[in-house]
Amino acid sequence: MNGWVATRRQLDPGRWHFAQGPIDLVIGAEGEAGPCALAFEAAWARFGPVLQRLVQELPTLRAPSPASRPPAGPVAARMHEASSRLARATGVFITPMAAVAGSVADHLIDCFARPGVRRAYVNNGGDIALHLEADAHYRVGLVADLGAPAIDAEFDVLGSERVRGVASSGWRGRSLSMGIADTVTVIGADAASADAAATLIANAVDVDDPAIERAPASTVRDDSDLGERLVTLAVGALSVEQVDAALDAGERFALQLAGHGLIERAALVLSGRWRLIDRSGRRSLKVEHAR
Amino acid sequence: MNSPALDEQEPAPAVLKSRPPEKMAVNKIQCDACPVLCQISEGRLGACDRWGNVGGQLRRMDPVVLMKRPDVEVVPADPGKWDGRWLREDSPVFVSGVASGTTYPDYKPAPFIVASRHEGVDMVTVVTEGIFSYCSFKVKIDTDRYLGPEQATVRYKDEAVGHVTTIEYGSQFLSLGGVHHLTGGSKREGRMACELMERLGNQEAVDLRIEGGAALTVQADRPPIVNGVEEQRMRVGCGSATIGIFARQWCGHVDEVVVVDDHITGVLTEHQAGRCLDMPPSGIRLRGRKSTPGRYFQVANPGTGWGGTDITDPLSIIEGWDPAVARPGQSLLMVSTTGEHAQWFELDQDLMPRPAAMPAVVQKVVDRIGENCEPALATVLFLGGAGGSLRAGVTENPILLTRSIKHLLTRVTCGGAPVYVWPGGGITVMADVARMPKGSFGSVPTPAIVAPIEFTMRLDDYQALGGHMDRVRRIEAVWATGEHRLIDWIGDNPWPLGTPG
Repeated sequence: MNGWVATRRQLDPGRWHFAQGPIDLVIGAEGEAGPCALAFEAAWARFGPVLQRLVQELPTLRAPSPASRPPAGPVAARMHEASSRLARATGVFITPMAAVAGSVADHLIDCFARPGVRRAYVNNGGDIALHLEADAHYRVGLVADLGAPAIDAEFDVLGSERVRGVASSGWRGRSLSMGIADTVTVIGADAASADAAATLIANAVDVDDPAIERAPASTVRDDSDLGERLVTLAVGALSVEQVDAALDAGERFALQLAGHGLIERAALVLSGRWRLIDRSGRRSLKVEHAR
Repeated sequence: MNSPALDEQEPAPAVLKSRPPEKMAVNKIQCDACPVLCQISEGRLGACDRWGNVGGQLRRMDPVVLMKRPDVEVVPADPGKWDGRWLREDSPVFVSGVASGTTYPDYKPAPFIVASRHEGVDMVTVVTEGIFSYCSFKVKIDTDRYLGPEQATVRYKDEAVGHVTTIEYGSQFLSLGGVHHLTGGSKREGRMACELMERLGNQEAVDLRIEGGAALTVQADRPPIVNGVEEQRMRVGCGSATIGIFARQWCGHVDEVVVVDDHITGVLTEHQAGRCLDMPPSGIRLRGRKSTPGRYFQVANPGTGWGGTDITDPLSIIEGWDPAVARPGQSLLMVSTTGEHAQWFELDQDLMPRPAAMPAVVQKVVDRIGENCEPALATVLFLGGAGGSLRAGVTENPILLTRSIKHLLTRVTCGGAPVYVWPGGGITVMADVARMPKGSFGSVPTPAIVAPIEFTMRLDDYQALGGHMDRVRRIEAVWATGEHRLIDWIGDNPWPLGTPG
């Protein structure tokens, strides 16, 4: 296979895998066969130019938000918008790249918003955009620790809610993190804003401790948008007090985002300890195996 | 022979080359595999985690491993330029399961179903990487030193990852990994068990600690290290066997020989071998529990001293001498089952053994014990069950594959290494990891172990067992993509293409 070519593969009748370069999408849809098939074709057509367009604006997208001039591409514009909103609200360092996965998912989920498609998802490596008819819902499983995955919690996203994005971040994931969270999962209005918020909250779950190994991002990965900022390489055994201190810091930041209406719900996990945040005050996230 | 027809393959994709930018740092290369065009420093990966800079060369980090037949020359891959030559000849390469990928959990046809030709017969090899939760590693450690009690827990980075299992002649055995540790315990236990298994399978050295026993460093096909001491050689036999082997060579040069061994300590003049040689009794009284004449159990505690016991002073196992039988000046050789420890004594007037210089003729026999000891090794066998859904990647009717293997129509290999197929139900295979390519094993975070497995059979047999005929590709087409890594065939492993058996 040549990476220049976008590829797709049908996994089963209602599920496809789209891939190009660093992008891997698993897309599922349910509803009437005709509209679903049309939606998949539309999404495939939309997927083709995505990577090429992003690459054209990569220098802008790696620069701190808010940028003076918004980018032109449709996915880049979503990234820019999500990261700029967070930067203005918090003043924290962020680049549009923090929202890249979610923005690609949002870009494609639009194709499924048509009569006959009951529900659909575009899962971009854990950053998920959803389409739901008003009376449909998705049950989403949460994996608290990528190093030892299991469904640790479950939650429902209802069609009647205004949330259509789910995203996770943590130092064990593929992207670099400045924090030590095992995972931060965010449910928000769309995948781009959930993606960017999860990245920032995961950065905020942090504490000073000699058991944490860090190095400048530039020494870990080429072309990282984080430059010389320290990123987490390994987290050794932490005391319960230190774990709680790190979670407190993350929780404060997450509540700040919730106060600005930038996230709906969030789950923060570190060393088996949890913090749940819900803007509506409901305890809608059911923790199954939290220890 | 009436071979089923093979569909023609789609042409190999063209490889596009772009011009590297002018101001690129010297130690970087530009990846042209996708539009991101990452500039990758040596030893790093691109944004996709799939391509990397290995020694200045752009490399697919997980290309399937092709193995070159030992007796042929293979021209390096030049995608698109292959001339079709192999169609008329025996295939010079074998597609291994290493890095072939898997289709889990969508058990559709395996990633590589490859047709090749051997001695005029069309063969097919179904190549996949199995994801094994049910698998383990059996480690044979050639040592008599005490490792720990049977059933004791074996720990890796403080987590329980296996146990000490039944001892065999000259070697002790560990059973490591397995589904219970991978998924039955805490998350950390599973993660550590998985890490240990992957490293052991990839022939890396691992440090283990046995509860109530020794600290070990184990690496496939390397001497084991027990409590910081590298093991040199296996014992020639138990103490009794050592007496049996060397009795005639000692007779006439020494009045008594005690071969110290944790299992059975031998006493020459009491032993059947000494009696047959008409050796007079020496009057020695040994500690321990007498078995049959001249054979003693439990003369000391197990340990890392003489002959796998905890003793450093060999005289400590002698209770005394019968004054009616023993006489001053009588000679005594004490020696371990590897010849590593040996001491010559002579009894003084009070029947106390005094160390003395060993006669050359006896030293020669002691040396011979050492010469007869084989080098001590740790050897690692992978044991895994391929009887589950993995078979669906081979055929739509999995029982036919199982039967085909049992009837020796299908040869199973792991990374080209021969396997022992355990009798009875299922496809439970055992392979020596030292005969597999380095880096054969991987893992998924479930956690479970990923191991290569190949099924090779005649093409017509493949059709008969309900194989995925529409997915059979010619080996030449796999070669032509250029997305592979070519390695040498390993050691004296039999070439898998050909009549299984």
